[in-house]
Amino acid sequence: MCPTLTFATARLSILATVLALGGCQSAPRGTGDLGVVIERAAGRVQVVETTGRTALYTIPELGDLSHASTVFSRDGRYAYVFGRDGGLSKLDLLGGKLVKRVVQAGNSVGGAISQDGSLVAVSNYEPGGVRIFDAESLDLVADIPAVYGDKGATSKVVGLVDAPGRRFVFTLYDAGETWVADLVDPRRPTLRKFKDIGRLPYDGLITPDGRYYLAGLFGEDGIALLDLWDLDAGVRRILDGYGRGEKPLPVYKMPHLEGWASAGDLLFLPAVGRYEVLVVERDGWRERGRIPVHGQPVFVVARPDGRQVWVNFAHPRNDVVQVIDVPSQKIVKTLRPGKAVLHMEFTPRGEQVWISVRDEDRVEVYDTESLERVADLPVDKPSGIFLTARANRIGL
Amino acid sequence: MLKARHLCCGVAAAVLATGVALAAPSKQRQDELIYQLRQDCGSCHGMTLKGGLGPPLVPAAVAGKSDETLVEVILHGLPGTPMGPWAFEISPEEAAWLVRRMKEGL
Repeated sequence: MCPTLTFATARLSILATVLALGGCQSAPRGTGDLGVVIERAAGRVQVVETTGRTALYTIPELGDLSHASTVFSRDGRYAYVFGRDGGLSKLDLLGGKLVKRVVQAGNSVGGAISQDGSLVAVSNYEPGGVRIFDAESLDLVADIPAVYGDKGATSKVVGLVDAPGRRFVFTLYDAGETWVADLVDPRRPTLRKFKDIGRLPYDGLITPDGRYYLAGLFGEDGIALLDLWDLDAGVRRILDGYGRGEKPLPVYKMPHLEGWASAGDLLFLPAVGRYEVLVVERDGWRERGRIPVHGQPVFVVARPDGRQVWVNFAHPRNDVVQVIDVPSQKIVKTLRPGKAVLHMEFTPRGEQVWISVRDEDRVEVYDTESLERVADLPVDKPSGIFLTARANRIGL
Repeated sequence: MLKARHLCCGVAAAVLATGVALAAPSKQRQDELIYQLRQDCGSCHGMTLKGGLGPPLVPAAVAGKSDETLVEVILHGLPGTPMGPWAFEISPEEAAWLVRRMKEGL
């Protein structure tokens, strides 16, 4: 669209000016309402904007995006997409194109960007470890193999986040360790390793103030907590034995600890092997309660103002999203967007939430006050939805 | 729940022990199973089955394991690991068909 042209045809001098400035190019735009939606099966990304709720561009040929996640440059212009096949792709959201792509490992799952935006870290399953890249050029800067034990075994790495002080924190799934990597000198990372944090840690998150790192455990009931302001205190266990000895239900999709479903002084976490959301007091890290929900929770995410927590579920109960009212800790709405709800992402101030419904090939947008669906977009097998507001948040 | 599991075990064992040629699922059910293999099994094993938090399920990775073992794992899971039992929605015949497809490669 070039609305100036109609006006300009009536006034040739203005037309000349418009042409001189580049004619029908679109006006400059900001990046604050942009984002990407992963088309996991097709290996494509849709660049979207949340003001008019439209797709702006499609960027294809990004490899296997079946468990893809994304971080953003600090100006919100570039998206770094981490593919399952080890691909690291840098996308220009304003230009709608791929800038650079490297295949940096055989099998990977997530990444992080440093506090100053200069380094991108990728966590790899194969070869197990973390690799650090220059955010501008995607050149390799440092390689941190996740070698543990005395036999030289390597571990898959999960729960990679950035932390203040040019640090990255991540967890070794097979080893049951959490490592803090200091990249003040990026070519010589120094590591601090915390061992015996618990069996099969499946993911990790950091609080938005960058202080606490939590690793969720699959192999036992509990969460491993590390205070990054006091590393000498080591990792301690919270919510130990939350299952109270009951036999866990089978889990058909691993929960994710993404973002910080916190509201005031409360933290909401998925229970593993139980149809429950755990509520934890941040002050003292004690269990405040648990909320029975529809299935095994996968994502438990708070609206940015902390008034609501939205939950989706593992297969085969994954056609439902439930909304928890935080003050009363009650479910106030059960939505049925369709089969295979994979992800939820709030707009920057939380008036709407975008929900990917894989088997319906659709992203649905809900108003978070009326809890009504207000729009939907056709997207091929959508999975992760990532908006540029993440660029300014620690750990995302 | 426990009863149902034992019953499924019994059925699976009987089917496998007698070595009866297993009927292939209907075409529609085959499509569903392959979709589920890629999408849902794929959430741990990778959509291309090259592995993730769970081990790879490509032909080279499963070649050394007997059909019976793999069927057993699909139906009843592997205790102590995240692999859960799928007998609640996959029959022994369907599991056997899936194992054959995995060994052939998708």
